[in-house]
Amino acid sequence: MSSTETLDFTATEIMTVAASRLLKDGTVCFVGIGLPSTAANLARLTHAPEVVLIYESGPIGAKPTVLPLSIGDGDLALTADTVVGTPEIFRYWLQGGRIDVGFLGAAQVDRFANINTTIIGSYDAPKVRLPGAGGAPEIASQAKEVFIVLKQSPKAFVAKLPFVTSAGYLDGGDARARAGIPGAGPTAVITDLGILTPDPVTRELTLTGIHPGVTVEQVKAATGWDLKISPDLKTTEIPDAGTLAALRDLHARTAAAHGISQGQAGGGEG
Amino acid sequence: MANLSSLREAVRDLIHDGDTVALEGFTHLIPHAAGHEIIRQGRRDLTLVRMTPDLIYDQLIGMGCAAKLIFSWGGNPGVGSLHRFRDAVEQSWPHRLEIEEHSHAGMANAYVAGASNLPFALLRGYTGSDLPKVNPNIRFIECPFTGEKLAAIPSVRPDVTVIHAQKADRRGNVLLWGILGVQKEAVLAAKRSIVTVEEIVDDLEAPPNACVLPYWALSAVCPVPGGAYPSYAQGYSERDNRFYKAWDPIARSREDFRAWMQRHVLDTDDFAGFRRVLAESMKEAA
Repeated sequence: MSSTETLDFTATEIMTVAASRLLKDGTVCFVGIGLPSTAANLARLTHAPEVVLIYESGPIGAKPTVLPLSIGDGDLALTADTVVGTPEIFRYWLQGGRIDVGFLGAAQVDRFANINTTIIGSYDAPKVRLPGAGGAPEIASQAKEVFIVLKQSPKAFVAKLPFVTSAGYLDGGDARARAGIPGAGPTAVITDLGILTPDPVTRELTLTGIHPGVTVEQVKAATGWDLKISPDLKTTEIPDAGTLAALRDLHARTAAAHGISQGQAGGGEG
Repeated sequence: MANLSSLREAVRDLIHDGDTVALEGFTHLIPHAAGHEIIRQGRRDLTLVRMTPDLIYDQLIGMGCAAKLIFSWGGNPGVGSLHRFRDAVEQSWPHRLEIEEHSHAGMANAYVAGASNLPFALLRGYTGSDLPKVNPNIRFIECPFTGEKLAAIPSVRPDVTVIHAQKADRRGNVLLWGILGVQKEAVLAAKRSIVTVEEIVDDLEAPPNACVLPYWALSAVCPVPGGAYPSYAQGYSERDNRFYKAWDPIARSREDFRAWMQRHVLDTDDFAGFRRVLAESMKEAA
C-alpha cells in the first residue's frame, strides 16, 4: 500500500473514515466492537454529533470518551443516555424495529454479503474455531440496513463461505426477501481498498468506490471471486485534516486510557 | 433465604458434578473468583452456559471441568481467541467438548423464558443463518394467529447461576448496576444461585427502579472484594486490560496453561491468595 502512504494516511485510516462518512447525523446505530465502533464514534465526533450508538451489552446513546476495548466497558455505561439489560436490547430495541443501521465487522464475507464468524473448515471438525455469532445474525436481519467493515483479502472475501453465520443476500436476487428477513440487508461493505455495494437486481457485491492510490487490479487480487467493477467507479474522497486528526486523537486517548493499543484481531464482545 | 457464606462453602454445597452452571457477566461483573473456586474443588462434567464465555470459561474448559458449552460468542474481548476453548473444540483437549451454539438474541431470550417458567423462547431470529443446521435446538414454529414463521429454542434453566455484584445488605439483598447483561434473568431462571459481592453494607440505598435481587430469591451471597478481577465492578474497580492481553500467550500452550493454573489457582487457597501470587508473578515478568 506504498502508494496510499505517500498521501499521509494509512489504508486502515481511509477505511475507517470512509465507513464513518456513511453514518448520517441522527441515525440510530447498533454498533459492533472493533472497526465498526471506531468508525461510528469517529462519525459522532465529526459530522454526526447526534448519531445514537447502541451496544448489545445494554448502553443506549453511548458517548464514550475513548474507544471501548470490550463491548461492556464502563465508559459506555457512564456516558449512555440509559443502560438496559441485554434481553431488552435484543427484544425491544432491535427486534422492535428501532435500529436504522447495524454496523458489523466480519471474519469472512461472500459475493452476496453473507457473513461468517463461526468456523473455517467444517463445523464438526473445524480448522479454525472463530468466536461465533454474537449479536450479528439478528442485527444483520433486523436493522433497517447494514454496513460491514473489514479488510479485503482473498481469505476474507471468498466465493463460498464455509458457514453462513449472518445473512446478507443469501443466494442473491430476492432470496433474502423470500426468506422473510425484514431489514434491507447490507448496503455497503467498506474495506481498506474501496467500497462494495450490492447490485440492485442480482445483489452481487460490486466495486463502486476505490480508495485513492489503489488500483482495480489490487482489489480484484484481494477478492476470492471474479469481482464486478461498476462502470461508474468513484474514487474515495481523501480524508480531510480535521477528520484524520480526530481519528488519531481518539486512538491516542484510547491507548493512554487502556494502557495498551487496540487489538486488531477478533473483535471484542464479552 | 439467602445464606451469607464463604465462597468455598457455597460452591461445595450448591454446585455438583454434572450440573448445568451459568456464570454470567457481560464484560462487567464476571464472577472470576467463583470460577476459580469451581476449578479448585475439581468439579467435573459440567454443562457450562454463558452468552460470552471468556477467560474464566477458557480456564474451566482447559482444566477439564466442562463436558458441554452452551454459548453465543466465545473470545478474549479486544484480544482474540480463547486458546483453551479452541483446543477443546479443534483437538478435543483435555477431552471432547460438546457445543450448543446460539446467537446472543437466542440466548438472551432463552434466559428470559427460563426466568418466566416457559419451556421455550420465541423470537424473530436465525433466519438465513446456518446455525439451525448445526444446532437441533433451534427450530421454527408457526404463529397461531398470523402464520408467521418464528424461531423457538429451549429455555435455559441452569441448576446453578453464579454472578458477581457490587453490594449486598446484611439480609442478603443484592444490588448491581452498570452493564447488567443477562444476570437478573440468569439468576431467576436457575434452581440455585450464588452471588459474590464487593462488600456487605447496612443499607443498599437503592433507588426504586434499581436492579435489586431480593434475598429470598438467592441461595448464597458471598463477600469477595475484587471477585470479578480481571473484569471490573463499576464504582469499585477498573477492568485490567493488561491481564486479558497477558492471558493470550499463557493459554496458547497446554504446558504453560497447566503450570499457570497450578501456581495461581490450585496452589492458592482463595481469591485473595490468587491475587497475591498473581502480583508476584506479574512483578517477575516485568
